[in-house]
Amino acid sequence: MTQYGVVLFYTTSSVMRAEKLLRTEGYSVKLIPTPRQFSSDCGIALRFDWDCREKIKLMLDKAKTEYDRIYSLDE
Amino acid sequence: MIYLDNAATSWPKPPGVLKAMADVLEHTGGNPGRSGHRLSIAAARVIYDTREEIARFFNISDPLRVVFTSNATHAINLALRGIMKPGDHVVTSSIEHNAIMRPLRSLEEQGIRLTIVPCAADGTLDIGEVEKAVSSTTRLVAITHASNVVGTILPITEIATIAHRAGALLLVDAAQTAGALPIDIQAMGIDLLAFTGHKELQGPPGVGGLVIADSVDVSRVEPLMRGGTGSRSESEEQPDDLPDKFESGTANLTGVAGLGAGLKWVRGKGIDEIRDHLKTLSQALFDGLATIPQVRIYGTRDNERSVAIVSFTVAGKSISEIALRLDEEYGVLSRVGLHCAPAAHKTIGTFPEGTVRLAPGVFTNMSDVQDAVQAVSKVVLS
Repeated sequence: MTQYGVVLFYTTSSVMRAEKLLRTEGYSVKLIPTPRQFSSDCGIALRFDWDCREKIKLMLDKAKTEYDRIYSLDE
Repeated sequence: MIYLDNAATSWPKPPGVLKAMADVLEHTGGNPGRSGHRLSIAAARVIYDTREEIARFFNISDPLRVVFTSNATHAINLALRGIMKPGDHVVTSSIEHNAIMRPLRSLEEQGIRLTIVPCAADGTLDIGEVEKAVSSTTRLVAITHASNVVGTILPITEIATIAHRAGALLLVDAAQTAGALPIDIQAMGIDLLAFTGHKELQGPPGVGGLVIADSVDVSRVEPLMRGGTGSRSESEEQPDDLPDKFESGTANLTGVAGLGAGLKWVRGKGIDEIRDHLKTLSQALFDGLATIPQVRIYGTRDNERSVAIVSFTVAGKSISEIALRLDEEYGVLSRVGLHCAPAAHKTIGTFPEGTVRLAPGVFTNMSDVQDAVQAVSKVVLS
């Protein structure tokens, strides 16, 4: 079973930017309503394969895409 | 019917614009950035994609520095009110539209110092006059890219150099030029670009924007309005994030979708081809109207130095009568009067009567222009 993580963002525009960026780079990501256990600033979170977390973090930092935090969805 | 009022609003619109607007209402009706469901996300994508289109079109790297507004006036007010503080000095020109002049006059009453650089009677600006007006206390130069009355293009790149040398920012009103002339924010040195969607960008009325270059420290720019942004909702303070800081309230999704489609159409057509087409038409208007002895044409009469806007008066005839007869008898739609630009009309010597303005657009063709000249000739002679 795939283990997922989410990136939480402050603004919707940042989510849109991150989604485009990561999809262009070939990552399988999905936008989902922010899981309720995390309080989030904007209602959308970006879900990704937890295995890719380091690469994704690096990509977002490199593209100066501002995000709040990265969480594992594993309970 | 010959529509020659494209400087007020372009018409007709490319078919893709209407389709994009209908599609977004029919299929993408969510509120962008307010929920996490599929329709809200789809709406947010429409807005973000248009932001990207605009950033690419005007050559800035960060789409989040594209702020959507209702129109150019809204964008100009946001920039002026957001930046200027009592005691600050601002420089503008004598050819401005009231979109710049009225907010500046209002700010002047609140303690801002205003210098209006005189333009020549043909609308051209002597760069030496700008040099004289700008000093180390100047916070902003706020100026139009091209006159909405006579079409004269101002030397933005040179003005940027002067403004920056003095440590001032440059705000450009591109209402008449976005989509009609190439605009490269980085190459021209523009710090803030106010544009509207409903003119040569081929979008609908009700949407425009302010493009903020990296050179502007946005933490020092006050928002015009504060309210819900869908972000940092735990706070009762306005967020500093872009573009949310300046975009409170539900976005004009339909307008942005239409603007995005208009922009794609313009990019597909090519800005150079559009410029060439409009230059050919305005030259034909200059040449045709110049053959009518009673007609007096204002501006440079040089299509290299102006956008496709031709203003004229007729000796011994009232301009409103000419416009009415052009419309009723020949189906030629013009705009008559002061064009919301009293300063410009004072500059060219047509205040308070005004002029008849003919402004062809991308869908105007040569026979439209020839018919319009014929119509003016007949109205003048009878």
